[in-house]
Amino acid sequence: MKLLLQDLEAEVLASHQLGQDVYLLRLHAPLIAEAAQPGQFVHVRCSETFDPLLRRPLSIHDAGNEGELTLLYQVKGRGTAWLARQQSGQKINILGPRGRGFTLPQNKRLALVAGGMGMVPLLFLARRALEAGNEVDFFYGARDREQLYQLETLKAMQVNLFLATDDGSAGFQGPVTKLWEKYIPERSYDRGYACGPRPALAAFACLAGRASLPAEVSLEERMACGLGACRGCVTALQDPSGNKYYENVCTGGPVFDAVAVYWED
Amino acid sequence: MEQAGKRPRVNLAVEITGLTLQNPVMPASGTFGFGEEYAPFIDLNRLGALVVKTITLHPTPGNPPPRLMEGHCGLLNSVGLQNPGLEIFLREKLPYLRRYTPPLIVSIAGRTTEEYAELAARLSEAEGIAALEVNISCPNVKEGGIVFGTVPAMAARVTAIVKEHTHLPVIVKLTPNVTDITTIARAVEDAGAGAIALINTLQGMAIDIERRRPALANIVGGLSGPAIKPVALYAVWRVARAVKVPVIGMGGIMTARDAIEFLLAGATAVAVGTATLVDPGAITKIIAGLENYLTEQGLADVRELIGALQI
Repeated sequence: MKLLLQDLEAEVLASHQLGQDVYLLRLHAPLIAEAAQPGQFVHVRCSETFDPLLRRPLSIHDAGNEGELTLLYQVKGRGTAWLARQQSGQKINILGPRGRGFTLPQNKRLALVAGGMGMVPLLFLARRALEAGNEVDFFYGARDREQLYQLETLKAMQVNLFLATDDGSAGFQGPVTKLWEKYIPERSYDRGYACGPRPALAAFACLAGRASLPAEVSLEERMACGLGACRGCVTALQDPSGNKYYENVCTGGPVFDAVAVYWED
Repeated sequence: MEQAGKRPRVNLAVEITGLTLQNPVMPASGTFGFGEEYAPFIDLNRLGALVVKTITLHPTPGNPPPRLMEGHCGLLNSVGLQNPGLEIFLREKLPYLRRYTPPLIVSIAGRTTEEYAELAARLSEAEGIAALEVNISCPNVKEGGIVFGTVPAMAARVTAIVKEHTHLPVIVKLTPNVTDITTIARAVEDAGAGAIALINTLQGMAIDIERRRPALANIVGGLSGPAIKPVALYAVWRVARAVKVPVIGMGGIMTARDAIEFLLAGATAVAVGTATLVDPGAITKIIAGLENYLTEQGLADVRELIGALQI
């Protein structure tokens, strides 16, 4: 008899509000935490009814010892607002880990470039990358100092942390990709990773391309099944000849090679 | 062997255009991929039938993203029949699907009647296909699709051409985006449809007020989910009384209760779509719920429910 995956009920350990609309959710989900790879997501049921209807895909922020899974998310609509109301001891239905994560090398020098909430999967990547003997430069940009989350955690992780804000209230004033650009020549990276708003990812991909640096980006798209069946969450990619085609973000990604993404859209 | 002999097992089997289904619950085309996506979550052999995503003659890239928008109790989609085309389906998807015992229903769509004919002929030569579902109701493609499903004479012509090119039972899937769905239903019945499936999605749109742009790249999409259930139920009730062939009802079926409503309204079988996107185990839960309902009601056979609505 084949073992079939069942609904996974994860228990809320704690929910912390980190900013105006930003929450850190700690769950007890041993099977998912054990299997999780950086860049993957979990598909979270954010309702006890059918309104809101669909699950919400949330990047895995951290997966640690004793079966703990950490999600960091911004409240954007009714689904995430429901999630923010859940308290310790409650059970949440989640599917995962899903999707294709980041490539994890060993003993290399890596650049991680995070724009805003794009920091979420990159913190998990940084932790695993350090464990694999890599040197990690972590570039983190946000609108202002208040929107730079998890700084203490990052500082405690032995990454080389570089900050950027739009208003200059912390670190470099300007886009995080501009800050990263300054370090590309001198740091001779082996690989780059980025997550953030699409224009920032396009700028990152362009810089990585110019430096001939292998690079991966994590993309976001509205999602329904999260299993590859409905073809709802596609993104445009290009084959080596430059021909455009659509690939599921849920199963083909959410992490893609930067050169494979069709950025013009 | 759970409780064998303790309570009589109810009969869930139904017959549709020569196909025997072990139970009347199947996935709705377009929401179940090619089955393999759901195999890690449910035992596909428990389904009444397997219904795959609509196949076109040539690979179809589908519409640009964003393709999805969630509304209250509903999902708008504009996938646009993205599929790998007939050849890849036959070569890469069908061998996998043949491993399973429920009848395999392959949904087809063409841009022209000739394409429907060729799809029907080629799929009929392949082994392991139990029936064809003729999709003349996709709202998200510019050519073919819904165009064939809104004019009775066109719907009849597509049905007749498919019938000419296949020995397989033909199920025709109708759109609710018409003035009178019973007219289309009678037309396809007269043209040889062995069963009628309804409803496909309702056309709709959503607007992003911050950007003052449509929420879907394709501007319009098809609405599914609980929001459309009353519309679907009404269409099934009307069509079931207007035709003699069996009706497969669908549209917003999320629970066993919903499925039972469709059976009472006259559907011989039901298809589950959006619910599966929310919960991969939705179909098997609905089958179990249906069985429980029959037991609780003291009914031995699911067929006692079909069309049993009292007015």
